[in-house]
This record gives sequence, structure tokens and C-alpha cells, in this order.
Amino acid sequence: MVPTSYYLLLSAILFGLGIVAFVFKRNIITIFMAIELMLNAVNLAFVAFSQSLGKPDGEVFVLFVIIVAAAEAAVGLGIIILTARNRRSLNVERVDLLKL
Amino acid sequence: MTAPLAIFFVLAAMAVLGAVSLIVQRHPIHSALSLIVVMVALAGLYLLMGAEFVAAVQIIVYGGAIMVLFVFVIMLLNAGEEERTTVSKLATYAGIPLALAVTGLIAAAIARSSGSLPAPAPNGALTSTKALSTMLFSDFVYPFELTSFLILVAILGAIVLAQREN
Repeated sequence: MVPTSYYLLLSAILFGLGIVAFVFKRNIITIFMAIELMLNAVNLAFVAFSQSLGKPDGEVFVLFVIIVAAAEAAVGLGIIILTARNRRSLNVERVDLLKL
Repeated sequence: MTAPLAIFFVLAAMAVLGAVSLIVQRHPIHSALSLIVVMVALAGLYLLMGAEFVAAVQIIVYGGAIMVLFVFVIMLLNAGEEERTTVSKLATYAGIPLALAVTGLIAAAIARSSGSLPAPAPNGALTSTKALSTMLFSDFVYPFELTSFLILVAILGAIVLAQREN
């Protein structure tokens, strides 16, 4: 059997890689994908805990996270389309209207 | 090494390589395909743990719907290669150590308490999914109904945001 800590460790590594992608990528769509990667890492931890403790609560949470991620993707990509149309660029460095 | 452990390491390597590839690739469509690899690998891990329903939802909703939406938007906006801009000093000198620190912190917490958790044991596919659905429609029925409202609001928001102004 695979120990639960292995799954949790993999989840931590994926979450860290998600943070790195979030900080370093310049394309707004890729940054959005980094958020999805972090959500996936958290889901893995949820399922690992749920199966380890023998209770389905964690899996229910995963379903809710997936639903919220789907809603977030719909609204977020709508915002991305709007920004790309207004700024003519997908580079987040160009979206600096609020910058002093 | 037992078979589940070998499968775990193959899938874990696939997931980590996909995540690294997401960072390294410069074209957003390549990043999106890398993310799909990560999601499929995670679905395999869910199957390995005995969470069949979550694995199916992961493939259908994440690998199917959400990633198709991403690829669709990338093609709609005709997104090209990422411009090479100088990464800000703050990102370089604070981002990497911070990401490493967060990973290390979580890993340390896991390592300290790993002995207290039993290994996930697949307890039969049907019972797991049955228990999941029972809990979803009894204890979590109000949040479940609220999510349908959330999706409605999200659809309306997406339409309002993406429509062309007249």
C-alpha cells in the first residue's frame, strides 16, 4: 500500500510548482492555469485524507472545489477575453492601469 | 517494490514533470497540454486510492470541460509565444525562496505527523461512491443546491463580461 504521506508530499510539491508558475509566468492564461494546478494539488490532499480516514467528507469537498473551479474558469476566462480585447496583449506587465 | 507503489511513482513522476513542463514551456497551448497531463496523472492517483467517482469527475470536468475552455480561449485570442520580459527582482529573490519555504514547511509538517495516518485502503468501488453520494445528498444538500446557484451566476457573469459592447 502507498503511505498517505507520499500523496501529501506530492500534493505539496505540486502546490509549490503552482506557486512558482504563478509568480514567474507572464501570460495571463498561464497564470490562470497555475491557479488550477494549485487547486488540483489541494484536491489530491483532500482525497488522500478522505481515503486514509475512511470517510467520504474529503471527496465531497473535492467535488465542491471542482464546481467552484469550473465557475471560476468561466468568469476568469471572460475577464481574460475582456482584458485582451482592451489591452491588445495577454502580458500581465501591460495591465498596469492601477500602477502608480 | 509492490505494484501500487510502482504505479504511484510513475504517476507522481508524470504529474511533477507535467507541472515543470507547464512552467518551462513558453507557448500557452503547450502549457495547457502539460496541465492536462497533470490532471490525467492525478485521476490515475485517485483511482489508485480507490476514489473512482472523483477520478471520473476529474477526467470529465477538469480534463474535459475546463481544459477545453482554456484551449478554446487560447485559440480565440490567438495567443502567441510568451514575451520574454525581464522577471522582476522581487519575483526572483522572493518568489523562489518563498515557494521553496512553503513546500518545505508543508513537507516538514507531513513528515512530523506521517506516522499517525493509516495508508489509504481501497474499500470497494461501489461502497465508496455510495457513501459519497449519500453524504452529498444528506449532510451537504444545502451547499450542493447553492452550487447550482453559483454556476448560474457564473454563467451570467461570463456572458455579461464576454459580450461585445454595442
